[in-house]
Amino acid sequence: MSHSNVKSGILRYGWWTRLNHWIVAISFTLLTLSGLALFYPGFYSFTGLFGGPEETRILHPYIGVFMTLLFVIQAVRFFRDNLIRRHDVQWLKQIRDVLSNRDDRLPPVGKNNAGQKLVYWIFLATVPVLLVSGVIIWRPWFAEDVPLWLHRNAAMVHAYAAFIAIVTLIIHIYSAIWVKGSIRAMTQGRVSPAWARHHHKLWYEDIMRGRARGDDHASTPSARESTRNPR
Amino acid sequence: MRGDQINLQNIVARSASITPSPQVRQGGVEQVTKLIDVSVCIGCKACQVACMEWNNTRDEVGHCHGVYDNPIDLTAESFEVMRFSEYENEEGDLEWLIRKDNCMHCAEPGCLKACPAPGAIVQYANGIVDFNSEHCIGCGYCRAGCPFDIPRYSERDNKAYKCTLCSDRVYHGLEPACVKTCPTSAIMFGTREDMLDYGAHRVEHLKGRGYENAGIYNPAGVGGTHVVYVLQHADKPEIYSGLAKDPQISPAVEAWKGITKPIMSAVLGASVLAGFFHYVTKGPKEEPEDDPDPENAGRAREIDRHDGEDRP
Repeated sequence: MSHSNVKSGILRYGWWTRLNHWIVAISFTLLTLSGLALFYPGFYSFTGLFGGPEETRILHPYIGVFMTLLFVIQAVRFFRDNLIRRHDVQWLKQIRDVLSNRDDRLPPVGKNNAGQKLVYWIFLATVPVLLVSGVIIWRPWFAEDVPLWLHRNAAMVHAYAAFIAIVTLIIHIYSAIWVKGSIRAMTQGRVSPAWARHHHKLWYEDIMRGRARGDDHASTPSARESTRNPR
Repeated sequence: MRGDQINLQNIVARSASITPSPQVRQGGVEQVTKLIDVSVCIGCKACQVACMEWNNTRDEVGHCHGVYDNPIDLTAESFEVMRFSEYENEEGDLEWLIRKDNCMHCAEPGCLKACPAPGAIVQYANGIVDFNSEHCIGCGYCRAGCPFDIPRYSERDNKAYKCTLCSDRVYHGLEPACVKTCPTSAIMFGTREDMLDYGAHRVEHLKGRGYENAGIYNPAGVGGTHVVYVLQHADKPEIYSGLAKDPQISPAVEAWKGITKPIMSAVLGASVLAGFFHYVTKGPKEEPEDDPDPENAGRAREIDRHDGEDRP
């Protein structure tokens, strides 16, 4: 299949986009595992992955703050690509066609489809909520200094926001497995023109007309170099 | 009275545990209760000293806050504190209300409900709610769960502490240290039945003395407590340094730790399965082969030359 040829192809995710994504992804996975351990007793054995129950309690918030920092960078960089457009609404209305792989019936979409954009906005909404509520219940640093009503509500909000975020994460991971070529895009950067045309036609056309470029970064030395020395 | 709650089969409730606690033992362990008769308390704080002595805790010497309360609040080393309040009654007379504040040993403990560590908080058949510090992970959620604001977090070891009702003494058939030391018998200890009887008798006596609203404080909102007060003004518990009028586990804690947790956990598992089943029924989403039109394919390769990032 064409998308297996990643040496040529459109650069969908540059090196920093990929690195940024995977730092957030690894952190998020660790947060999910350690958080679930304290979320419901059925998951308590996950504490074993972090060196023990108390170690899990200690580590979780530090990973959370670290992830938030990287997430903010990612969210800013991804912002423009995730603004909801009219064709996204139509795409969402045809979610049954999406799920049934009847792709020929779908409207063409930009760099991200509406599902990806929703994942973006849900994470953008839940991560700050998780950060704030998490800091409030963080011992020994902050929780002792907040009123009990706030502590109680923050703990509740943290659990619900985490639930929403984890469900979204599961959908996000599954979509990557489901849509062939997307894991390769996020690990190696490139997609085939056929992939781009099929899944993200408007983005593909923009690139064809030179109105957009692949995810190259003028700030990175490698990008500047290759611009200067076209093969 | 048998005080054998430390037998592991007499643990009747356990934090963060889905499966039931041991069930086969029937009776044999009587419920215990500590009764604090506020009308008899003279505020000598001997109970505070006895508590520190027995539990081998030595709190930091604090500052004088201009009131008798010392320490000013519960700490991880002070499991109980006498709270003094000056109350002006309807006749304009001053009443000095002194309440020994410590864990109430709720029948339905909020701390146990909130705790995420299996077995870190247990409830014995005799009604005592105990913190098993060995399993405590130091999250402090017990503080959020408690409707009486009792547990305290230790900066020394990041674990939570509270009154144990001297479970170790009760195990050996002794009364709690505070009860043992009280010079006016303001603190009594015995079976729940005896203590409620004795409390009713005290309430009768107080009513005879003109305290029409005297009563036992044994709040139903937490299923009753294994520490009960005899109050001169049971209709206004809040005048006793803010004793909760109708304490119950906060709705936020119920929403946080209630039935929603197993439901949400099941939904998470189901969503993973849904993905898998979708994959095996609908199959992967794949694009067709690369552009068969050589012109388009050529243009596509042209683009490849434009974008950045090194490639071999």
